[in-house]
Amino acid sequence: MRLAAPFGSLIDRNAPVSFTFEGRSYAGFVGDTVASALAANNTWLISRSFKYHRPRGILTMSGDDGNTMVQVGQEPNVLADTLPIREGLTVMGQHYTGSLAADRDRWVEMFSKFLPVGFYYRAFFKPKGVWNLWEKFVRSKAGLGRVDISTHHGYYDKAYAFADVAVIGGGVAGMAAALEAAKADVEVVLVERQPILGGSLNYTRIDVAGTKGMALVQDLTDQLRAAKNITIMTDATCTGWFADNFLPIITGNRMVKLRAAEVIVATGVIEQPAVFRNNDLPGIMLGSAAQRLIKLYGVRPGQRAVVACYGGTGYGVALDLLDAGVNVAAVVDFSKAPTDNPRRHAVKDAGIEILQGYGLREAIARKGGGHIASVIAAPITGDGNLADTPRTIECDLLCMSTGWMPAASLVAHAAGEVSYSERSSTFVVRSVADNMQVAGAVNGEWVVDSAIKEGHQAGAAASGQTANRVASPRLPDDRPAQPWTIFPHEKGKDFVDFDEDLTVADLRNAVAEGFDDIELVKRFSTVVMGPSQGRVSALNALRLVQSHAGKALEGARGSTNRPPVTPEKFGHLSGRGFEPLRLTAMHDRHVEAGAEMMLAGAWLRPAYYGTDSESVIHNEVMNVRENVGLIDVSTLGGLDIRGPDAAEFLDRVYTFSYARQKVGRARYVLMCDQSGAITDDGVACRFSDENFYVTATTGGSDAVYRTMLFWNAQWRLNVDITNMTGGLAAMNIAGPRSRDVLEKLCTDVSLSAAEFPYMGVRIARVANIPARLLRVGFVGELGYEIHAPSSMSEALWDALMAAGAEFGIKPFGVEAQRILRLEKGHIIISQDTDGLTHPHEAGMAWAISRRKPFFFGRRAIEAQMKRGLTRKLVGFTLPESSGLLPEESHLVIRNGEITGRITSIVHSPTLNKPIGLAFVAPDQAEPENIFSIKGHDGRMIEARVVPTPFYDPENKRQEL
Amino acid sequence: MPCPLNGLRNISEFVCGGEVTEMPSAVTSSDVAWADYVFMENNAADVIREWWLHVTSGYWFIAERHTATDEIIRTYPASELFNVRVEFEPLPDESTSQGSAK
Repeated sequence: MRLAAPFGSLIDRNAPVSFTFEGRSYAGFVGDTVASALAANNTWLISRSFKYHRPRGILTMSGDDGNTMVQVGQEPNVLADTLPIREGLTVMGQHYTGSLAADRDRWVEMFSKFLPVGFYYRAFFKPKGVWNLWEKFVRSKAGLGRVDISTHHGYYDKAYAFADVAVIGGGVAGMAAALEAAKADVEVVLVERQPILGGSLNYTRIDVAGTKGMALVQDLTDQLRAAKNITIMTDATCTGWFADNFLPIITGNRMVKLRAAEVIVATGVIEQPAVFRNNDLPGIMLGSAAQRLIKLYGVRPGQRAVVACYGGTGYGVALDLLDAGVNVAAVVDFSKAPTDNPRRHAVKDAGIEILQGYGLREAIARKGGGHIASVIAAPITGDGNLADTPRTIECDLLCMSTGWMPAASLVAHAAGEVSYSERSSTFVVRSVADNMQVAGAVNGEWVVDSAIKEGHQAGAAASGQTANRVASPRLPDDRPAQPWTIFPHEKGKDFVDFDEDLTVADLRNAVAEGFDDIELVKRFSTVVMGPSQGRVSALNALRLVQSHAGKALEGARGSTNRPPVTPEKFGHLSGRGFEPLRLTAMHDRHVEAGAEMMLAGAWLRPAYYGTDSESVIHNEVMNVRENVGLIDVSTLGGLDIRGPDAAEFLDRVYTFSYARQKVGRARYVLMCDQSGAITDDGVACRFSDENFYVTATTGGSDAVYRTMLFWNAQWRLNVDITNMTGGLAAMNIAGPRSRDVLEKLCTDVSLSAAEFPYMGVRIARVANIPARLLRVGFVGELGYEIHAPSSMSEALWDALMAAGAEFGIKPFGVEAQRILRLEKGHIIISQDTDGLTHPHEAGMAWAISRRKPFFFGRRAIEAQMKRGLTRKLVGFTLPESSGLLPEESHLVIRNGEITGRITSIVHSPTLNKPIGLAFVAPDQAEPENIFSIKGHDGRMIEARVVPTPFYDPENKRQEL
Repeated sequence: MPCPLNGLRNISEFVCGGEVTEMPSAVTSSDVAWADYVFMENNAADVIREWWLHVTSGYWFIAERHTATDEIIRTYPASELFNVRVEFEPLPDESTSQGSAK
């Protein structure tokens, strides 16, 4: 039932909203959550529990428990107590068969005796294979919610933010900290997970009249809004702490990654349930949850209530219930002796019975429904023990104000120490990381005025105004130890962890099995591993484990706390999925020519030009062999090595020898790592004594550049290394008519075979554009690589295409180039080599200089060659009649043993037969040897080793 | 991380190049010593000297970092440790036969 204003500070009564739950239509207001709107309609059963299908409802009303998980359209496991309602929202309960109200799987609980902790580990372990029989049944019964694999990836994104001071938690301590920090001229970000600032003061009662809290919040909020250097984020949850105060903050569909110089954790406390039989029935909730319903949503949480508490806060809850028109039947105060508390006096004056020194024995459910009907209390005779003089009190609401736990996850993520203190009867923050402070209730500072003072202190220190940082731990000297709040019942159902339906007996048994540490109990029983991650179970679980294991509670730590604090969606983690993409200077020309583009590293390259890939690629290959083709090779790396030590530097970095390389000549380069594995190749062009231009592979150029810089930081050779990749575009004009085309555009350099031979390099102007000409032959025809400034390369491409028209020039793509190079037997690093391939295995011994004392990998290659080759890369052909060609990575098999694999294979258009490269055993590597490949469907195919190149073995065509 | 060249920069702009180690002689070291150099890390929980690269400016430098606490003690240019030109000792005569060229 709804209460009149001023109750309901979050809802807008002028904005009705309707939604459905379990197929029935409900009315609420803007500002309501699903749970608050259902409660306003007197609907308390929201979901079913994980293991026993027990009815569950509101527990915390703050998203800190897993009792209200519902299915919203395609999205499972949404917390109904934090999900705002919107028009037309379709909500269903979860984890039942039939209907939420009459779940046909309720029988599971009858067998709870036979489903102890660890049941699955043991029951399905032996005999072997038994799990296969059970799996389908168990899978259908286990798990929460329904995953719809047709769900589309929604819109999520990320933002990056920076702050001098980040304050996590917008309660009074956090608000005070932000205000104080902002007095220095620094950027402050204040993060609050609720829609409004003020934290617990928005709903708790700190004075008899119940007016002080709201006035304080209003004043602080006004000051914050007036400050110019404070960014306020509400509905925003900080889900973790990462190194150097890197804080992910989830707000809506966005993850803000906030980097802060200083962080102040003012996340407050989480109220904790008491443990007794049937403590999970709908209608049993935390005192703070009832207060949230009343104050934030204007919902009367019941008709007749019992409040369980020890001392202070519970009496505030009782007064709030009275204000909301709830009949308070009794206050069950666990404390032995009454405290002199004004709120207690007010409750007493209102004529409400106070059962001092009583504990809770059990709750009784209504007949035929899950809701609480009465509670049985009895005098406490010792920790967890009750006298045999029970009192039964009828009620439809039981509020538990029986303990608190600091919300100290972020402190723990940052390796601060959080452990139990007997004096505080809960966890306390004992130390924090550098550049972090805690303030307010999370630090054990419960008194509002003192929490504000502590916030000021933290804010002033974080912004550099003082050096007086907030001290931790802060232990109360005047607070008496609070009573034990766990009352085990001989018939069980005394739940410690609601997520996993774990009872006192489950934890006791786990300890009896030998799991005597909370970390072990956690893994065996799954306690604190559920959706609420121990926020309402870790405290009671630790108390029980330590007690049963006979270990001290003082100083005991809970299980390791890891991010995220609250669940994050995969959408938040993946964001918009940006892919970095590089385009060459000629990209538009390729698209205009109808190219099918493909990814090569971060680059987009033309795969082929046209639509019918097979015939198009064939034609591109043949046009290079017969006429002339043009390919964009801008993605190759280009590095300028300049200085007196340039040749010496290359000698150390690459396997070949460069000291005596002539100016105007290119030489192959092959790079290995220190373990002797091939990492990159290209050519080194010597344009002067002290100037080499070195190319690198598309995927390897960044690593080559990095490696060169790294080593010269140690060697201190007199060279300068410049990465020209991207600054220079490049294209390869190849084919018997390439010289004819180039001669039309290049007049300052002679292109004749005598004056510009194969492996020559020249600086020239092509179509009046300054260029580096490299006469190299990856595709095995007369050809020239032209490297020119990116800014002019589109014009250069156009000029070459125009000049080549009369010779039949056509662009060709990466697919054709792969075939052309394979016909020549050229390897592609990282396709025909892997992370272990050394040059001798790849048939590259010719590229190793034996006169040099050092190059990367020299020592390792020497060591490996002592042990002999274990495999060798060879060329092979298949008979014409092989049918469906085997593919790359298909295995070479001999006598049932794997001896190698295919690294490249194509049907050669030029030779009109299948050709490829494969690793084989060294004794299979001689030409004419036959070896077997396991192809598609396990079919064995016989291949024949042949020498490479497959095409033009005497290399006459590239030297025309 | 404080980069000696660029000042304080976001950690995402850097990559770690591993501990600063000394390369054994590529000519006289044993196979075992070389394999140890290539494959083994000291992996000490202590303050160690590491190579770090500021990727966007291509600048390698040295950082002294505590591997257990991740605290960066000091960063400085590589020239503080490496300030003379490194030469490799020549190969002994018998292995200097002419390599074949293609």
